[in-house]
Amino acid sequence: MIMNLFDILGPVMVGPSSSHTAGAVRIGYVASRLLEDEPVKVDIVLHGSFATTGVGHGTDKALIAGLLGMAPDDIRIPQSFELAKKNGLAFSFTNKTLKDAHPNTAVLKLTGKHGKQLEIQAASIGGGRIMIHKLDGVAVVFSAEKPTLIVYNQDQPGYVAQVTTSLSKRNVNIATMNLYRDKRGGFAVMVLETDQQIPLEAIHMLEQLEGIMKVSYIDTEE
Amino acid sequence: MAYESLQEIITVCKEQDKPFWEVILEEDISERDVTRQDSLDKMRSTWDAMLLAAATYESNLKSKSGLVGGDGAKMEQYQHSAREQSLCGEYVDGCIAGALQMGESNACMKRIVAAPTAGACGVLPAVLVPYFQKRERNTQKMLEAMYVAAGIGQVIAARASISGAAGGCQAEIGSASAMAAGALVHLQGGDCEQIAHAAAMALKNLLGLVCDPVAGLVEVPCVKRNVIGTVNALSCADMVMAGITSRIPPDQVIDAMKEVGDKMDVSFRETALGGLAVTPAGMDAARRVLG
Repeated sequence: MIMNLFDILGPVMVGPSSSHTAGAVRIGYVASRLLEDEPVKVDIVLHGSFATTGVGHGTDKALIAGLLGMAPDDIRIPQSFELAKKNGLAFSFTNKTLKDAHPNTAVLKLTGKHGKQLEIQAASIGGGRIMIHKLDGVAVVFSAEKPTLIVYNQDQPGYVAQVTTSLSKRNVNIATMNLYRDKRGGFAVMVLETDQQIPLEAIHMLEQLEGIMKVSYIDTEE
Repeated sequence: MAYESLQEIITVCKEQDKPFWEVILEEDISERDVTRQDSLDKMRSTWDAMLLAAATYESNLKSKSGLVGGDGAKMEQYQHSAREQSLCGEYVDGCIAGALQMGESNACMKRIVAAPTAGACGVLPAVLVPYFQKRERNTQKMLEAMYVAAGIGQVIAARASISGAAGGCQAEIGSASAMAAGALVHLQGGDCEQIAHAAAMALKNLLGLVCDPVAGLVEVPCVKRNVIGTVNALSCADMVMAGITSRIPPDQVIDAMKEVGDKMDVSFRETALGGLAVTPAGMDAARRVLG
């Protein structure tokens, strides 16, 4: 695997494991960003190596720390359970074997302060990197390493064109783009990774379009 | 594009009459599309994080399993009190203490710098921090040494692996030791070829090392393996400065490490199904930890 210099010397992180700790923090962080609401309740399912050696690696604390907005190098990660209590975040953990899932997988079912809900399945794939594999039941694949726009819409013609036009008007270059749906004519998810940050007004504009149910945007570099 | 062979780096060093670290720095600038200052600033903050991690060791912490903690303090005590008795001498004892302390800090959920992994995070600081504190307090040179280490790690990651799950401990502690040996040779005034030979020797010496963590945790034997990575790096750097070379060319050593990793049974690749993990004591510990 070709890695950049600071994948080799880095990440700066709270131990003990880049996959079981640093990656888990990122999963929690990305999940809470995608919820776009302050999480007040989360039910977490741990699968594979996350289930068997997770507690010893602090995977549980790391996931909660990420949900509270911490980065993988935050020295408060070991105290995340206490901080969750203080911040009014209720959480539960269950171990379960999932079908065809990466060994380091977690499923998070989130509820936000304003009632928003999200179910996300993500895996820690090594070196602190993660991959999101499911969003609200739809299979997806993205890493949340670049600015990422996620559009939930009805599976009908025209949405892709609207989204890409809106981005090109604002000089945002699309790095990758993938389309997912649960069934033909059903519920579709569009995931776009971009080279530049997407202006907020573009996101608001997309949210107004009929047939678009939800627009999420995440830039983990912020 | 990152370099995929040490020979390529050496060729560029010679053609452009540049030191090893400079070639790696320039590669980072083009790879990540950043300025020279950006790259140097990021390396500086990585080095600062390493220094801070070394300085904030807490001897009273115990890991989740209770298997790890406090040994780094014992070694530091010995380093200062056993000058006559110590076989390695005060300087090397300090490096050993540093390796143990960083490994323990990692196991106890403190902030560390993965180099190249969290489990092997003790090796590079264990050779660099004492050098900085006792031999040459020169931050610029330390950053150069960090570029050398990262460049070696990049080539190993590209040609073989730096993951215990893929290649066993030789890919983690072996790689860390190769990176540290090269960094030390740069600090000692060695040239690009000597850097590559030190890395090759360090990796050769740890070829075949299995990843057999008790209870699957980054604790036993990981913390103490950081010590062998450290002492091995020091001795390989000294061998190179004495004029000794690796009989097998550096890139071929890395390829051998990949071959060994590929052939290594899965029970020796971070699965906790072999080696120390399945000794009676290892199994007892696992039962206590996992309940």
